[in-house]
Amino acid sequence: MNLNYTDQQNAFREEVRSWLAEHVPAEPLKTFDTEEGFQQHREWEATLNKGRWGMVTWPEELGGRACDLIEWLIFEEEYYRARAPLRVNQNGIFLLGPTLMEYGTEEQKARILPKMANGEEVWAQGWSEPNAGSDMAAIRSTARKDGDKYIINGQKTWSTRAVWADWLFGMFRTDPDSERHRGLTFILVPLNTPGITVRPIPQLDGLPGFAEIFFDNVEVDVANRLGDEGAGWSVAMATAGFERGLMLRSPARFQETARRLVELYKANQASADRDPAVRDAVMRAWMDAESYCLTTYETACRLTQGGKIGAESSTNKIFWSELDQAMHATAMSILGARAELLPHAPDAGDVGTWLDGWLFAQSGPIYAGTNEIQRNIIAERMLGMPR
Amino acid sequence: MDFTFSEDQLLFRDSVRDFLVNEVTPERIRGIWESDSGRDDGLWQQLAEMGLTGITVPEAHGGLGMDELDFVLLAQECGYVALPEPLVNTALVAVPVISQLGGQAAAEWLPKIAAGETRVAVGCSDNGLAEDAAQAGLLLWAEPQALYLLTPDQFSARFNESVDPSRRLYAIDIAAGVLPAASGEQAAALYQAVLDRGALGAAAQALGLAQRMIDISVQYTSERQQFGKVIGSFQAVKHHMANVAVRLEYAKAPVTRAAYALARGEAAQVAVSHAKLVACEAANLAAKNSIQVHGAMGYTWEVDLHIFMKKAWAMAGTFGDTGFHKQRVAEHIFADGVALGAGTTF
Repeated sequence: MNLNYTDQQNAFREEVRSWLAEHVPAEPLKTFDTEEGFQQHREWEATLNKGRWGMVTWPEELGGRACDLIEWLIFEEEYYRARAPLRVNQNGIFLLGPTLMEYGTEEQKARILPKMANGEEVWAQGWSEPNAGSDMAAIRSTARKDGDKYIINGQKTWSTRAVWADWLFGMFRTDPDSERHRGLTFILVPLNTPGITVRPIPQLDGLPGFAEIFFDNVEVDVANRLGDEGAGWSVAMATAGFERGLMLRSPARFQETARRLVELYKANQASADRDPAVRDAVMRAWMDAESYCLTTYETACRLTQGGKIGAESSTNKIFWSELDQAMHATAMSILGARAELLPHAPDAGDVGTWLDGWLFAQSGPIYAGTNEIQRNIIAERMLGMPR
Repeated sequence: MDFTFSEDQLLFRDSVRDFLVNEVTPERIRGIWESDSGRDDGLWQQLAEMGLTGITVPEAHGGLGMDELDFVLLAQECGYVALPEPLVNTALVAVPVISQLGGQAAAEWLPKIAAGETRVAVGCSDNGLAEDAAQAGLLLWAEPQALYLLTPDQFSARFNESVDPSRRLYAIDIAAGVLPAASGEQAAALYQAVLDRGALGAAAQALGLAQRMIDISVQYTSERQQFGKVIGSFQAVKHHMANVAVRLEYAKAPVTRAAYALARGEAAQVAVSHAKLVACEAANLAAKNSIQVHGAMGYTWEVDLHIFMKKAWAMAGTFGDTGFHKQRVAEHIFADGVALGAGTTF
C-alpha cells in the first residue's frame, strides 16, 4: 500500500489543472435543460475534445489518453474543482461508450465514437416505458426485422436530454413471443428518423429535462444493432456496472458539494447553530464524501491491478444518492427562509444554486434503478438472502 | 497510488481468520464469561504461539516486527469472533507505545509480551477504566500529562461490570509515590497515541462485528419461516440488512486509511476519528437491525447475537466517545484555511 501519487500522476494533475484554468468558461453556462444551454454545452464538449480531454480513459486513436482509473479520478477532481460545465453527453460517453467498446463492431465504433466525443451527436437513453420502470424486463416496445431494417413501434419515457439529443440507445423486443429478459435487442436509433415523436416532459424545475418518445413504424438499419439479436439484456448489463457508476458519479462531485456546504455553514454559523443538528449534518456530509472517495480509490486500485468487481458495487448508488440528498437538505436548513427563493429572484441574495441541487437530488434515489431495487440486489446478490 | 493490501497481508489475514473462527466459538466465549478471571490462558498461549501477541514487537525484542497496516486486518477478524482476549489493545496500543518509550521498559517487557508470558492491560484516563487490569502482569495507564507502566503491586483495581461480559473493566487507583514512565510533552504525545491507537482498534473490531451480525442475521432469516415463507425473502427484512451493508462497505476504506497514517507516522488524528465514527456507526446499525430481524429471539440470552451486539455498543464509547471524535473532525473541517474538497484526500 502506498497512498502517495506518483510523479507521473502529479504531473497529470498539473496538466489537467492548467488546461482547465485556461479553458473553463468564466461565466457559468446556461443549464443544458434549455435549448440555448444545450447548444453551449455541446460547444464545450467540442472544446474539451479538441484538447483531448473529452474522455481521457478512451484509447488515443479515439481522441482519448488511455488513462487508467486513478488518472480518471484525478481528472474528475480537477474538473469539479474548476467548476467546469456538467457533461451534456454523459449518457453517451459514460454509459454507451464503454458498452460500444465491448460489443460494437469496428465499423460502429469508427462511425459513432468520434462524433460522440466532440459533442456532434448527443445521446439519450431509451430504457423505461410507461409500464417498464423498476421492472425493466417488462419492456413492450417492439422491433420487427424486415430485410436489413428493424421496424420499431412503441413508447419510451423518462428519456433524459432527449428533447435536443440526436440519437437514442435502447432496448426493444425483437421476439414478439418472448418474455422478460429474453428476446430483447439493443438498438441505436437516430432521433430524426420519420415516425418518431419526441414529447418533452417538464421536470420538477419546469424545464424539459426529459421526454417521452413515440415510435410509429420507425425504420432503423440492422447495422445499428449493438450485439446479437435477443442479447440486449446481457449487453446492457454486462459492461462492468461499477465502471459506469464510477464514471457517472465520481467522488469529486460530492466532495466539492461537501466543501461548499462547509463554507455555507461557516458563513451563516450564528443562524445555522440555532438548530444543533445542522453542525452534525455538515460534518457527516464531509465524512461521507471522504468515505466515498476513499472507497472508490480502493476499488479503482484493485481493478487497475486486474481485480474483479463484486456485488458490493451495488452499494454505490444508494450511498451517493442519499449523500447528495442529505447535503442539499442541510444546505436548505442553513438557508432557512431564503431557501425557497429561486436563484434569480430579486431578493434571493447569496442563496446560490443550492435549490437547483436540492431539486435534482430528489431524482438520485429514483433514476438508474430505484434505491429499493438496489437494496433488493444488495440483499440477494451481495448478502445471499433468499428471493 | 496503491490502496490495496499485499497478497501476503491477505493470506496472513485468512489464516488468522480460520484459526479464530475455529477456536473462538460462541460456546467458548460463554465458557470464558463463566470463569473467574474472564480470560482463557490456553487461548492466549495459542495466540502467542502464532506470533500474534508479538506481531508488532520489533524483531530485536522477539516479535514479528509488523506494523499497524498488517495488523488492522487481523483486528477486524478479532471483532468478527468477538475475541475476549485483549489482543487488539496489546498489538495496536501497548506494544507500540512501550516501543516508543524504548530503553529499559521496552527491553524488559516486550520480549515477555511477545512470548505470551506477560499480559498487558491498557487504560486511559479518558474514561477512567482499564480492561483486564486485574488479570495483567503490566498495566499501561495513560493520562494527559503522565504515562505509567504499573506492575500489580503499584495500583488497586475496582471491578466494574460491563454490558459486554467479555470486557472486565477496572477503575484504577495508583499507589502513592509511584513515578510515571513519561511525563510532560512526551506523556502528552503518548496519551494521544494511546487514544488514537485504541480508537483504531475499536474501529477495526467494529467492522468485524458488523459483518458478523450481518452473517448471523442472514442465516437466521434464511431459516425462520412465517406466513409460509422464510422471512429473509421479505423486502422489509432485506432492506434492514442492505442498509447495514451500505454503511459497512463505506466504513472499511476509512479504517484502512487511518491504519496507514499511523503506520507511516503521518498526522492521523482526523483519519482515526473519521474511521472510528463511521465504523462504530455501522456496527451500531448492524446491532439495531439485527436484533429487529431476529424478533423476540434476538432479545434472549440464548441466541448468540448479543455476544457481538454488546461488544459493538462498548466499542462506540471506548478510546474516545462519539463526542470526542466528532469534536476532532469538527475542529479540522471548520478551521480557517483548511484545504477541503476534491483532490485533498491524499
